[in-house]
Amino acid sequence: MGKVMKLYIKYFASVRDMMGKDSEVIDIDTNLTVFGLWETLTLNLKSDMKVMFAVNHEYVGKDFKLKHGDEIAFFPPVTGG
Amino acid sequence: MKIEIIDEKFDPWQSLVDYKRDELQNNPKIGASSVFLGTMRDFNEGDEVESMELEHYPGMTEKYLTDIVNNAIKKYKIIDGLVMHRVGHLNPTDPIVIVATWSEHRDNAFNATRAIMESLKVEAPFWKKEDTGKGFRWVKPAASQETTESTNEI
Repeated sequence: MGKVMKLYIKYFASVRDMMGKDSEVIDIDTNLTVFGLWETLTLNLKSDMKVMFAVNHEYVGKDFKLKHGDEIAFFPPVTGG
Repeated sequence: MKIEIIDEKFDPWQSLVDYKRDELQNNPKIGASSVFLGTMRDFNEGDEVESMELEHYPGMTEKYLTDIVNNAIKKYKIIDGLVMHRVGHLNPTDPIVIVATWSEHRDNAFNATRAIMESLKVEAPFWKKEDTGKGFRWVKPAASQETTESTNEI
């Protein structure tokens, strides 16, 4: 079995509505990209929602590799201002 | 620089006067002040809007607003910049956001204020949810800003 890392996940706005929660903490195998994590979390959901990814308060692309202790946020395109 | 997220109704004009007097000490190098104020409308996409909830991602929002203003200070050589943005429950006519910049000459302040506002619209993690009286709906971004580098089609 590979090493396990702990990830702190946050959901905002319509993504939170879809997930039915605003946050969770998971232990998962290492060598996961942010998009891989999103696919794992939404395996049973059918959605064509546009989602943005942030890790430790920075926008990242889908291939960004996660590490132990990261805070990952999933949310729709922003609508402030 | 002033970056503030505010969870109750505020007076943007008073905030500006206070900041310029207390923090900028009415700096005599300032020759231009430029201000943008965004306020809540009572309609959107053909429907009346009764009220709105604005949420944000604490921590990330402040980080991005700080970066956006710092970039404007460097690029447009402004003396200083301010962004104050509401979250929580808003009613029509309530101030949503105020952006102000100060510079020696007008072009820099005009351009910096515009640039800060445009960056805020696509980068700062805020989300609006409208109450149309018939129910709630999440506001969609304008078509022109839907595709950014970090938006991922699922």
